[in-house]
Amino acid sequence: MSASAAFLQLLNGLASANSLFLVAAGLSLIFGVTRTINFAHGSLYMLGMYCAVTLIARLGGGALGFWASVLLAAAFVGVAGAAIEILVLRRTYAAPDLMQLLATFALVLIIGDFALWAWGPEDILGPRAPGLAGAVTILGREFPQYDLFLIAFGPLVLLALWLLLTRTRWGTLVRAATEDREMAGALGVNHKWLFTGVFALGAFLAGFGGAIEIPREPASLSVALSVIADAFVVVVVGGLGSIPGAFLAALLISEIKALCIGFGQVTVFGTVFSLSKLTLVIEFLVMAVVLVLRPWGLLGRAAAPARGPAVLEPRLPVPSRRALYALAALVAALALVPTLSTGYTLVLLTDILVFALFAVSLHFIAGPGGLHSFGHAAYFGLGAYGAGLLLLKAHAPMELALLLAPFCGALGALLFGWFCVRLSGVYLAMLTLAFAQIAWSIVFQWDALTGGSNGLIGVWPARWLSSQSAYYYLTLATCSAGIALLWRILYSPFGYALRAARDSALRAAAIGIDVRALQWAAFTLAGWFAGLGGALFAFAKGSISPETLAVPRSVDGLVMVLLGGLHTLTGPIWGAALFTWLEDTLARTVNYWHAVIGAVILALVLAFPQGVAGFARQRFARRGDDA
Amino acid sequence: MSLLTVRNLSKAYGAVQALADVSFTLAAGESLAMIGPNGAGKSTCFNILNGQVEPDAGAVELEGRSLAGLRAHRIWRLGVGRTFQIAATFGSMTVRENVQMALLSHHRRLGSLFSAASRAYREEADDLLAQVGMREQARRPCAVLAYGDLKRVELAVALAGRPRVLLMDEPTAGMAPAERSELMQLVTGMARKSNIGVLFTEHDMDVVFRHADRVIVLAGGALIAQGLPQDVRMNPRVREVYLGGDLLAEARANA
Repeated sequence: MSASAAFLQLLNGLASANSLFLVAAGLSLIFGVTRTINFAHGSLYMLGMYCAVTLIARLGGGALGFWASVLLAAAFVGVAGAAIEILVLRRTYAAPDLMQLLATFALVLIIGDFALWAWGPEDILGPRAPGLAGAVTILGREFPQYDLFLIAFGPLVLLALWLLLTRTRWGTLVRAATEDREMAGALGVNHKWLFTGVFALGAFLAGFGGAIEIPREPASLSVALSVIADAFVVVVVGGLGSIPGAFLAALLISEIKALCIGFGQVTVFGTVFSLSKLTLVIEFLVMAVVLVLRPWGLLGRAAAPARGPAVLEPRLPVPSRRALYALAALVAALALVPTLSTGYTLVLLTDILVFALFAVSLHFIAGPGGLHSFGHAAYFGLGAYGAGLLLLKAHAPMELALLLAPFCGALGALLFGWFCVRLSGVYLAMLTLAFAQIAWSIVFQWDALTGGSNGLIGVWPARWLSSQSAYYYLTLATCSAGIALLWRILYSPFGYALRAARDSALRAAAIGIDVRALQWAAFTLAGWFAGLGGALFAFAKGSISPETLAVPRSVDGLVMVLLGGLHTLTGPIWGAALFTWLEDTLARTVNYWHAVIGAVILALVLAFPQGVAGFARQRFARRGDDA
Repeated sequence: MSLLTVRNLSKAYGAVQALADVSFTLAAGESLAMIGPNGAGKSTCFNILNGQVEPDAGAVELEGRSLAGLRAHRIWRLGVGRTFQIAATFGSMTVRENVQMALLSHHRRLGSLFSAASRAYREEADDLLAQVGMREQARRPCAVLAYGDLKRVELAVALAGRPRVLLMDEPTAGMAPAERSELMQLVTGMARKSNIGVLFTEHDMDVVFRHADRVIVLAGGALIAQGLPQDVRMNPRVREVYLGGDLLAEARANA
């Protein structure tokens, strides 16, 4: 790449940083004040894009029409944000962190289907910005005027936000709440409207970022998830709650991406690397490196320590003898199903069993372990691809592939877990998400090995297992055994130690527990069982696609666990059954089934903040069995 | 040879010198009180001794063995038990389970994946709880205990590791005066009987002067006095530090 091309590419990166900064700043503000990770922030950005395109078509593409449309679109998204806060999020602040997240993920589904209904599935190209449609010549190359405008615009927004936060009373309240929410509350800051205001401002920024990007890229449905992933990375790299940090991180990541695209292919030691294909991975690598070196982000600071006793986790109930008999009876009943019914019922039950194992393995680390993984599908997917590759590339017999595949999941968890257990809370969640995204990117882009976006086909079980009922029995036996094993471990000294480390890492270390080593081992163990689930899934379907380990699959797992109840034992299997059945039924019968699932999740979160099984336990618990 | 030797310990947080060149020793069977106003460096000192914080300079030796660079869980294995200023217990577990955890760790059984933890070392745990007067509450969840009782649970947990050194950060906080005396009698008695070295901080000067064998005084991160309780009580520098505080008032009352 010549020097002038490199320079242009750098300018290009600066222009891209603008929208990213706007979204990330909004996300960061919202997190700082309300401690909510707004998964739906990318969806708000997407709404901004669609609204701007529609408004420009109405108001005309002149200078006035264009800019009025951009501002109106942003304002509309801001109002939508306020409505979301008042109607939904306000009711979730008292719920556990993860339930809040679930609520915002439900919003992603609902907003996504709303956009699909309103604007259709096709990408919509926006007009050029009036007066800035041309190009200027820089170093003998053409560069769009609009991009130059954006380069100047980002710092202006930063300045405006800085003035808002430091020179106004409202801004002072926002900063106070970000630094120390308890103290701000004690000083009489009215949470309610401050939260609504901050959410509206954050949504406005997201909508603005989307609307102003219209001349550069088309409005599309896929933008919601790609933007939220990018914004997560920017916010975490910059430091949660830090606006200048978000600016710096947006610049850093946009520049690194731009350079990767600019360099294209490079040859190192005779091997051709396609750097442009690395763009998906590179930002998550940056994030992983930053989190390991500076766990609070580039400009972030450690959160104010919580005062008083730490958040108390509820006790993990010990199942009664009767409950164990009931579970055994359930397995026996499931074993009778093939004699009564075949075909579709067995396919669905096989899926439910596999996802029950997946959910239980996630619950193992997220509930009793306290490690809130947002990327558990990585290990499920590694197990699936491990099984497929062993069968297709190494020509191993299916039985051997099934036996070895879980170790692929465990190996991935061993590697990623080493980094993850060094962090906690939101940072751990983000790092697990980053690693899952890295795993996905590698699978997606390594065509030669994994088949890229097409995935692998022809992953069928051995002949003796090829009948539907035979494979169902294999799945039933394996998943029941796996779940029983994981549950047994929860009540072993290892499982107790895991809960101990979650309750008080300080106390755990002071009685000789090596907390990191323990959590690392648990992470790896959970990865092994997730991998087992993935391998069973691969042979059940006969094919594997990258979706097997994509972020939505990880979120599915969390939804199952949280629906069932994080602090229950059997909750995850009910959550898995309910969710898998619901998704399957809706996908076959309803047009906008994502939105319906979103609405169901939302209703459940608002009605049962402790999860369905948690609710049932509270409702029917007898008094006095607290020992 | 002394059990625990602390030499020239220093630690700064930014511009704040939390500990400056502090040296002292602790003998087996001895109860040593560490006193000083808030911010004197007591908790920093404790955090260094149990491996939670790395000192900037200085050395800590347990029976001649350096503890430098060891993390908290390793130091516990060498026989240093600890209770915290803000009691730290496992809130989702019962009182007995808290002690069982410590016993499982002591017997190196934490790697066990398939045995039932609830049945492990029950009697031993109940014996320890009986020693600190918590046997009756063994089945209660830690989350619902009174603060003074939490402190007792912490003591039982620390004792489960058969410590040679016991670090106790305000062991009697949250207790009534009569209870305080009772608990300290228990601790000092145990120290003498089992040859444990006890280092404790305490705000109640009554407790300090009645139960400590020796006293060391920190102020502004530096060690300003050490010796027998009655000598320290009359030390002019100590009086200066505590001017208007408990010590002076008490000295007058006792005069």
